[in-house]
Amino acid sequence: MNYIDAFRDPDVAVQFVRLIAEQGRALAAQGRRVHIMEVCGSHTMAIGRYGIRELLPENVELISGPGCPVCVTDPGYIDAAIALAGQGAILATFGDMIRVPGSESDLTRCRSAGGDVRVCYSPSAAVEIAQSHPDREVVFLAIGFETTIVPVVSIVDEALHAGVRNVSLLTAFKLVPPALHALLADKEIKIDAYLCPAHVSAVIGSQAYEPFAADYHVPCVVAGFEPLDILYGVHGILGQVLKNEARVDNQYARVVRPGGNPKAQARIAQYLEPADAVWRGIGVIPASGLGLRPAFAAYDAERKFGTPVRVGRQHAGCRCGDVIKGKLRPTACPLFAKVCTPDRPVGPCMVSAEGTCAAYFKYTLRDERQGGGK
Amino acid sequence: MCLAVPMKIVEIRADGKGVAELEGSRHIVDLSLVSGARLGVYVIVHAGFAIETLDQEEADATLALFAEIVQSAAEDKVAQ
Repeated sequence: MNYIDAFRDPDVAVQFVRLIAEQGRALAAQGRRVHIMEVCGSHTMAIGRYGIRELLPENVELISGPGCPVCVTDPGYIDAAIALAGQGAILATFGDMIRVPGSESDLTRCRSAGGDVRVCYSPSAAVEIAQSHPDREVVFLAIGFETTIVPVVSIVDEALHAGVRNVSLLTAFKLVPPALHALLADKEIKIDAYLCPAHVSAVIGSQAYEPFAADYHVPCVVAGFEPLDILYGVHGILGQVLKNEARVDNQYARVVRPGGNPKAQARIAQYLEPADAVWRGIGVIPASGLGLRPAFAAYDAERKFGTPVRVGRQHAGCRCGDVIKGKLRPTACPLFAKVCTPDRPVGPCMVSAEGTCAAYFKYTLRDERQGGGK
Repeated sequence: MCLAVPMKIVEIRADGKGVAELEGSRHIVDLSLVSGARLGVYVIVHAGFAIETLDQEEADATLALFAEIVQSAAEDKVAQ
């Protein structure tokens, strides 16, 4: 038993698809369409990989949300990182960030021009790089949602314990619940339910979504990232919609607890405090990010080097902002698959492996060209 | 970005870190963020950190529900 394969059983999937089809017919009889936003980029990828969008009834639509931390990073953040590399810092980063466009350039071009940019699989590697280069400054590109924030902020924890002073974070952390609030407050966006992220929820807990059910009457179902988890989640959402109910159901109880992970929350609170954050395509959402507390300013690259992150400039035709908000399907963007491709991405949604445009390019483009998509 | 996989703890090292296994490959995992990480327990690993433990009873309950759905579909077919 590895708790992965059992959640990919095709025999169970067939039954869920049948049950969801029945629900789709019941909704159609009431003349209803349902727009479910899958918030998280890992859900978007799994939905693409397993062809789940194509398995759903015509009147049940999955819309991709803002849940790819790379995609919502503002170009100005990349500009600040490139400026730090220009000052001689070693940039340590997750691989996804390497090709994200800044206002003028990106980290790949920065590296070609002599910048020292290193890809890390675990943030702990940043501390090791700092230890092996005591005469250099190492800046970790600290992006991510709640799941990733905990490992990344542990860099400060490790550095403090090891007495390492030449490592710092360029923070652009983002929080999921404030973004979900902002999307529901935007009347142009039609969201009937949230398929809530798996591992963000492991940290913050399923109770974090209670306000969306209570205040906006939007059903929220926490689901895992395996295909059966997603189908089970959609089935659960449609069950609520059909009964006109709106509550939080935790269908990923094998990992997510109602109150989340208290140790992870404590580590976040120890080092970080709420901050306004700029979301690419959405703008500033108050208190939707986290920054290092003043006591840890020595590990805050912006304060340490006096290079504030300013709002950057994006490609004029890029519609990533609308894609992130679920207003536009990637295939409706004039740049999609023409000017903007995974090889030559214009916008971040095409860069990131979990970006909505990259997922559409990889998994649904061929179907739509052949007229097989919906 | 938020992908994380269940791995089984096969060793707890002297420094408190764990060695966890997934399909035969072993990984060093930071266990400082979870309670109840013991030998044989599955942890959900993200970027080298265990972010939660996997509750095997809950997992089995979900799988039992899936099995019921398949079973009742098979019975429906027979009944037709």
